[in-house]
Amino acid sequence: MIEKKGVGMWLTHLVLILGIATVAFPIYVTFVASSLTLSEVLDAPMTLVPGSHLIENYSTALFSGTQMNATPVAGMLFNSLVMALVIAVGKIAISLLSAFAVVYFRFPFRMVFFWMIFITLMLPVEVRILPTFKVVSDLGMLNSYAGLTVPLIASATATFLFRQFFMTIPDELVEATKIDGAGPMRFFRDVLIPLSRTNIAALFVILFIYGWNQYLWPLLITTDNAMDTIVIGIKRMLAAGDDQIEWPVVMATSMLAMIPPVFVVVAMQRWFVKGLVDSEK
Amino acid sequence: MRVRVGYSNKLLPYILVAPQIVVTVIFFLWPASQALYQSVQRQDPFGLRTRFVGLENFQTIFEDPGYLHSLQVTAVFSLSVAALALGLALLLAVSADRVIRGATAYKTLLIWPYAVAPAVAGVLWMFLFNPTIGSVAFALKAMGHDWNHLLDGGQAMVLVVLAATWKQISYNFIFFLAGLQAIPKSLIEAAAIDGAGRNRRFWTIILPLLSPTAFFLLVVNIVYAFFDTFGIIHSVTSGGPARATEILVYKVYYDAFEALDLGGSAAQSVILMVIVITLTVVQFRWIERRVHY
Repeated sequence: MIEKKGVGMWLTHLVLILGIATVAFPIYVTFVASSLTLSEVLDAPMTLVPGSHLIENYSTALFSGTQMNATPVAGMLFNSLVMALVIAVGKIAISLLSAFAVVYFRFPFRMVFFWMIFITLMLPVEVRILPTFKVVSDLGMLNSYAGLTVPLIASATATFLFRQFFMTIPDELVEATKIDGAGPMRFFRDVLIPLSRTNIAALFVILFIYGWNQYLWPLLITTDNAMDTIVIGIKRMLAAGDDQIEWPVVMATSMLAMIPPVFVVVAMQRWFVKGLVDSEK
Repeated sequence: MRVRVGYSNKLLPYILVAPQIVVTVIFFLWPASQALYQSVQRQDPFGLRTRFVGLENFQTIFEDPGYLHSLQVTAVFSLSVAALALGLALLLAVSADRVIRGATAYKTLLIWPYAVAPAVAGVLWMFLFNPTIGSVAFALKAMGHDWNHLLDGGQAMVLVVLAATWKQISYNFIFFLAGLQAIPKSLIEAAAIDGAGRNRRFWTIILPLLSPTAFFLLVVNIVYAFFDTFGIIHSVTSGGPARATEILVYKVYYDAFEALDLGGSAAQSVILMVIVITLTVVQFRWIERRVHY
């Protein structure tokens, strides 16, 4: 293109580097704090050079938690992982099935079902907090993995995405499988799913992060510390009352809460960008 | 919707949609209808009887200075977040679009805050700005600005806006960059040949072509600031000090679970529903077809 040299280019790089530095600064400070002792953190201004207590703080967090909130973070990580995986896989599975039904079958109430799914777009948890909580509590699903995941599994976005994609698959493919004697489920399993692979990967990244980062929902339906996800666990560690917050352990936990989703985004960057752009269409 | 070459099976399609529909009815439609129903009911103080009160709950809400204040807080909060996040992301995206060397590295380093949970983002910024130990608070103090967001409502607002913006920039950046890369280079080159400088080209060619993306992002950012920032507010300020950061979603939660005002909370939920529906309709009707990726 044009004007790829000169002062302007240096300015452009400078803007980007400043941007990255600003974006990274809070994470860097968190990392440094997670490698210091409590008294080093409290000694304002806190040093910006990593200390030597990294492993100690992380193992305290992972295996015993803070003194006030004596819940090991390892368990929280497990809960978050279960929640993120079940939500991502569950949403993808039930959306694949319903998109398949809506696109490839003609049946009464097809459009009613389609609109019912569409409406869920307009009903985020935040607008129906209390009644949803009541349903879950009536069903005896409080403090359970089912309660954490099942109510979040319906997905209009994923259903639309798969519907859109299925509609681009040529009719000839369906006809060919029919001539070869394959029934609908065979077609679904051996043709549609393999063709949807990239879409599934892209959605998985987005949904994994969505599930991992849930806050309001687990806050509502878990009261048992053993069911805490890591994001909720951090909040509980901060509620230390009159005691001094154990910052190094809290910051180590924050790092542990960020590593899995950030890893997924960076490792699957191509699918992540595709998923983000596709799911907003 | 077009039905294509398909299958004619009586039972199978119902079995296929069943899981999605069951979850939708039990956890979405039924609770939403309950919220609608409760919004016109009032419970006596002992929770023994409920009676129909029509639109009284809504009237009470709109006469409640606390609610009006929360509306105002929400407006300030979401407009600030949207403006800051859009502006900064656009600046970074335009820069990233210009560079060739290191473009991928810049991109990777800018997108990952998307993966950080809002509540965790809140905790990171709260730590930086902690009045006694935070690095930034210390630097501000050294420059003569006394920082204590636990006491000063305005400062608390700045803090949650910063945390919410920080997390949203990467999302906007990805969309702006995709939008910029979709602009034909020939257009820009033609303008350059005609003698338009860098700024002129940006304002008269790039920005107008980018405006559908920007408008789409504006709606998404407002939805984000309204609904997805609950974690930030709850973990950083709990709506305080003195309700200075009590956004609508936080107030619904607070009134339902802390103040136990069922009718009032349900009526607030209904108002939020109307807001989401409006924003969704705007997004689908006026934006969707005009966005260029």
